[in-house]
Amino acid sequence: MSYISKPKIQHPNARRNKLGLTSRDYEGAVSTLCAGCGHDSVTAAIVQSVYELNIEPHMLAKMSGIGCSSKTPAYFASQSHGFNSVHGRMPSVTTGANAANRTLTYIGVSGDGDSLSIGAGQFVHAIRRNLNMCYIIENNGVYGLTKGQFSASADIGSKPKKGLPNQQEPIDPVSMALSLGATYIARSFSGDKEQLVPLIQGALMHKGFALVDVISPCVTFNDHEGSTKSYAHTRKHYHNVVNADFIAPAEEIKTAYDEGSAMSVELHGGSKIVLRKVDKDYDPSSRASSFKYLRDRFNAGEIITGLLYIDEARNEMHDLMGNVDMPLSQLPLETLNPGNKELKKILSGYR
Amino acid sequence: MKPTDTNNPDYFHKVVDCQWACPAHTDVPLYIRMIAQGRFGDAYIENRKSNVFPGILGRVCDRPCEPACRRGRVEDRPVAICRLKRVAADHRDDISDRLPKATASNGKKVALIGAGCASLTVANDLAPLGYEITIFEALKTTGGLMRTNIPQFRLPPKVLDEEIGYILDIGVDLKLNHPIDSMKELLDQGYDAVFVGTGAPRGKNLDIPGRYDSENIHIGIDWLESVAFDHIEKIGKRVLIIGVGNTAMDCCRTSMRIGAEDVKVMARKPREFFKASAWELEDAEEEHVEILVNHSPKNFVIEDGKLVGMTFEIMEYKIDDGGRIDRGTVVGEEVIPCDDVILAIGQDNAFPWIERDIGIEFNDWECPIVSEETMMCSRDGVFFGGDAAFGPKNIIWAVAHGHEAAISIHRYIQGNSLTDRLPRGVNLSSQKMGVHEWSFSNDFDPTGRRLMPHVDLKERFKKLDIEVELGFTAEQVTQEVERCLNCDIQTVFTEKLCIECDACIDICPVNCLTITHNGDEADLRTRLSAPAENLEQALYVSGDLPQTSRVMVKDEDLCVHCSLCAERCPTGAWDMQKSIVLIPQVADEVADDKAQTSAA
Repeated sequence: MSYISKPKIQHPNARRNKLGLTSRDYEGAVSTLCAGCGHDSVTAAIVQSVYELNIEPHMLAKMSGIGCSSKTPAYFASQSHGFNSVHGRMPSVTTGANAANRTLTYIGVSGDGDSLSIGAGQFVHAIRRNLNMCYIIENNGVYGLTKGQFSASADIGSKPKKGLPNQQEPIDPVSMALSLGATYIARSFSGDKEQLVPLIQGALMHKGFALVDVISPCVTFNDHEGSTKSYAHTRKHYHNVVNADFIAPAEEIKTAYDEGSAMSVELHGGSKIVLRKVDKDYDPSSRASSFKYLRDRFNAGEIITGLLYIDEARNEMHDLMGNVDMPLSQLPLETLNPGNKELKKILSGYR
Repeated sequence: MKPTDTNNPDYFHKVVDCQWACPAHTDVPLYIRMIAQGRFGDAYIENRKSNVFPGILGRVCDRPCEPACRRGRVEDRPVAICRLKRVAADHRDDISDRLPKATASNGKKVALIGAGCASLTVANDLAPLGYEITIFEALKTTGGLMRTNIPQFRLPPKVLDEEIGYILDIGVDLKLNHPIDSMKELLDQGYDAVFVGTGAPRGKNLDIPGRYDSENIHIGIDWLESVAFDHIEKIGKRVLIIGVGNTAMDCCRTSMRIGAEDVKVMARKPREFFKASAWELEDAEEEHVEILVNHSPKNFVIEDGKLVGMTFEIMEYKIDDGGRIDRGTVVGEEVIPCDDVILAIGQDNAFPWIERDIGIEFNDWECPIVSEETMMCSRDGVFFGGDAAFGPKNIIWAVAHGHEAAISIHRYIQGNSLTDRLPRGVNLSSQKMGVHEWSFSNDFDPTGRRLMPHVDLKERFKKLDIEVELGFTAEQVTQEVERCLNCDIQTVFTEKLCIECDACIDICPVNCLTITHNGDEADLRTRLSAPAENLEQALYVSGDLPQTSRVMVKDEDLCVHCSLCAERCPTGAWDMQKSIVLIPQVADEVADDKAQTSAA
């Protein structure tokens, strides 16, 4: 952490987005995480993403649970809504918030502990409902806030700073989401914003549950020799299979793509994401083949990154349930609460 | 790009924009921090080391440091560096035991011609080393143009006397009322070296019809000198000043104090082409001096042998996209009535007393040919400095020339090569005091520039010598010192420690930092977190980073030296280190000689 806050001064020629805001306007308080924490880079990537997407700060809701990762929402978009919930319960709180107001953009920031241990049950059901949110896991393989014990995502053989290597099978959030039917699944690395920012942008614009699993090294407890979630290890074994370019609505596609390897997917609201397959054998629209590919590469010790699966066709929670478009708070009282007469009518239907 | 060579003393020196711009290279951020700590005496001595006249320059310096100040790029207005210098001078405690002292004579004699800032600097540097210094001054007092051309309401004589006294007290033979009429004769007197610091004493004339038909047409610098020596005590009610440089500003403001009621400064060109410093224009306009643009003098209007006005051609100019102005076209004519006219259109060098057959060569403009490195002219043992060397500049340049000339004179007398001088150097020392603690005030303070309080507009005209600027109040000092960005506390990068976590890049408030693939400079400048458009400011490029072989690039342009990059760095790859730029003076040459002798 720093004793001084980030000076309010900014570059005199700082660019402004369509709302007239600079990226500095999407920042939050100064981070109190350890210097060099991957989470702070994820924060910066989120700031850049929401700034470039021209999201009105009051239309963004930041959700989190407990852990180093879950402190992140304090460090971006200080003008936005936020809810810091009980440990592992961020998905339910987000489900409730989203049910009441589907017009906000929801971004949940969680960690490997918050999502894969205490909150694993919550995490899987949010996927199952296809809750419309961007769900970021800042994944570092340890419980940093309690001094670095292994978490459920630690790899077999990964060495701690002190003590014995991990021997338990890791939970991989990407495989898990794939098997549960998540509709947007990506993995990235806090040290590669060029890849991470478009993935977060796509996740924010995707209609449905979007998971971004971000390897985000813990500099204090898991960045040493023998760790499989260190900066150095990640860089060495990092393998990008599907690049994703985010194209805002009405923006022209300027890059020239190779025939056959590029695939354009239209997202909700007119934006597009262009997938560029680095590995020709990979098919990001097939759950079965993706799953096999991921497991094979995982067994080979590779960290597969990129936009690994996308399905824009499936309905999200509100569509499945046939809910109204308008936030409940804006519905006229007589519509929201039709009165005793209507209630009796409904009840009589069950008699 | 190749990794930046930070061992080159110029690299970090350039980052300290103010120090780089200052001809004498005063360590501005260092003395501002001393002021912030209430160490006014230390700040004074730190100034004196390089600029010799902190009290004088704290009032009337041309301030090349201020337009260069990084703060002026980050926001609108630079740190009030010059005003802070005056704070150090005004509030210094007794520093007499820290001034240079005489040592036993080394038997070598040096003659200095003119008792202005250039000669006095040479005396300041050489007298403590045992050189016997004689200063020849034509006038009855010391100080040269500092005393005769700068009005007392800007520079009180007390300040001049005190700071010149510090030098004379070392033990200098001062000969006042002693003009040198012949260089040949002086050279025959057996001095080991001669230094010419006689300034540019001849005001330019304006030879247009009517020029010699009235006694009420004056040459600016001569007129100012006459006022300074009480030979002139009044002027007519309506005065026209021709020219719009700093001398013109002194002439118009002096006129307002000795009887003028309606003073107009007549400029040939539009305002953006004025030579006067912005603050001097402001100060004159505050005193209700009117500045008229696009008026080109045509002739003086004389009636019955009396000056009654001046005819001007009204000009129109075209300014191209590059900001260049054409010669202009005449679109009209206007007669402006007046009682006196002061010509302040520049000054020239004049050396009627230097014979042209003694080996001192002159160029087509009657200026001696002088080496910019050694300050020596074409005759060995004769040195020039200040305005006498390269034409009119300003006090701080004269001081810089004086220091260089002193080194040359010493090397010349010792029989050493003049060009084989001690090189510049740079020392760096970390300012880290603890995990989040630095030895300096690193937080950015958004306070705007403080304004100098002035004596009341009526009060100041009562006497000629009422100093207009009152100096900063204690509260203004505490605010202004915090505006300094501490550019001398350098961001120093060690690539082998970097783990490329991006923490520094994410925290930088002004997007200075980027990790990217290397390229040539033009290419890199477009690929940074913020485009590096100021080509005068360097890119600091690291060697290849250990994990990805990319490079760390810092655009020095807008860094506010807040230290957050170093604070957020988990491995100490970034550190904040104070740079001390070593600019050798003659005393260092002597120390170096001694070290060499004892080593041998």
